[in-house]
Amino acid sequence: MYVAVKGGEAAINNAHRLLADRRRGDRSLPSVTIEQIVEQLGLAVDRVMAEASLYDRALAALAVRQARGDMIEAIFLLRAYRTTLPRFGSSVPVDTAAMKVERRVSATYKDLPGGQLLGPTFDYTHRLLDPSLLTDEPVDEPERRDTPQEHIMRVSDILAHEGLIEADGEFSEDHQAGDLTREPMEFPMSRDLRLQALARGDEGFLLALGYSTQRGYGRNHPFVGEVRIGEVEVELEVPELGFAVSLGRIRVTECQMVNQFKGSSKAPPQFTRGYGLVFGQSERKAMSMSLVDRALRAEELGEDITAPAQDEEFVISHSDNVQATGFVEHLKLPHYVDFQAELALVRRMRSDIETARNGVKGGLQEAAE
Amino acid sequence: MDPAKQIAPNAELAPRRRAAGLLARATANELRAAWDGLPEKPEVKPVRGPETGLVMVRGRIGGGGAPFNLGEATVTRATVLLASGTAGHAQALGTSKDNVRLAAIFDALWQEAATRDFVETTLLGPIEARIAAEDRQKAEETAATRVDFFTMVRGED
Repeated sequence: MYVAVKGGEAAINNAHRLLADRRRGDRSLPSVTIEQIVEQLGLAVDRVMAEASLYDRALAALAVRQARGDMIEAIFLLRAYRTTLPRFGSSVPVDTAAMKVERRVSATYKDLPGGQLLGPTFDYTHRLLDPSLLTDEPVDEPERRDTPQEHIMRVSDILAHEGLIEADGEFSEDHQAGDLTREPMEFPMSRDLRLQALARGDEGFLLALGYSTQRGYGRNHPFVGEVRIGEVEVELEVPELGFAVSLGRIRVTECQMVNQFKGSSKAPPQFTRGYGLVFGQSERKAMSMSLVDRALRAEELGEDITAPAQDEEFVISHSDNVQATGFVEHLKLPHYVDFQAELALVRRMRSDIETARNGVKGGLQEAAE
Repeated sequence: MDPAKQIAPNAELAPRRRAAGLLARATANELRAAWDGLPEKPEVKPVRGPETGLVMVRGRIGGGGAPFNLGEATVTRATVLLASGTAGHAQALGTSKDNVRLAAIFDALWQEAATRDFVETTLLGPIEARIAAEDRQKAEETAATRVDFFTMVRGED
């Protein structure tokens, strides 16, 4: 028998009203504004944009506020919003070599064109809580230094010059970049699709997998060739105009990971590479992405697949935190009927065992029944 | 779109590209002030939008290799028609419909000989100067965090 259960409407309405109250918190305190979140919690906004796979700082800040700071909930909200909009087209691929660099470091070359630019980094801070932030103390303007307008060369281009590193990943002319948001996932996957999945993948998941490769699960001897953060121009071909125009700039983080060699009987050994590119300022995510990108190239580079980070289907199927949270969190929704079925099953199993035991003790008795 | 490129050489397109790129970066205040400053308000017919949608932002594998889809960005676009028959287009990141509608009007006004100078001097010039100043400031702030390595000399001689 199946009994449809209804009800809970008033409880749900009141729960949402309570949520709105708790979100607002103490009414004697001013409400936090979208502009404040964008300006003062910018890296939270960046993470939401990256993992929602939608660049819009104001909307991401709104999502953070609505989600009470729950990042995955905020990512979910922004992802859901994105499905309501039509797509106008695809941009011209962004040119990270022409980036307006705000930070750029290399762990492979000390002196390189453009230099080591630390930018607004947490590195070298002492990680001591700063009591001056308990109150609203004035903050110094940043120091400035005259600088020539110089092209900040990519480290991969320096190595490429000597032929010591593999080229940027290329496909045949007729290859169309795949799009996860339009086609169902299929394995094995091409590297462009993997990078799309990793760019929106959960930072924590990718960090853990990247870390696992360093600890020996799919080791690939990485060096940070370069991490750079800054703004790039987004250009779109406009059919009415007949040429590409700039839509404005977005901030991205790029990581070029340089890994140990690959050679063959035909080609001399060369460094191999992993690539990370992420919306916003997040070098942890970009670095993790490049480690995982490299690990997932195991088959292409003729390496044994022995570790989780090298297993494409495992990594890509579990990297999306909106999917993951949906499936994990659905467990709390009513499963009354499923559970009743299991309850009946376990009762029957137990009574069968009971009966069997009694039957052994008194076979005659059972026969009499 | 390619025939257009062939007909008009790049040199002719460059000024329009520049104007469109600057209008995409205009702030609400800049656009509003320029509109208020217009001696004669043009008659404007909306043709399309303003409407908000998405553009899939693409990157390149390894920075310079094959394209891949990085993620989407919100974009708002509009097309307007002046009474003179000139069409104006505008498109910019974000969701500001007011900005983009005004930008489309100024795109049309920029194409007309009578108003081009006004658009240049009250809008495009100042936007260009503001962006240049912002870029310079950021570049200088970043340059102050550049590491100047020096070598420690140890021992005698």
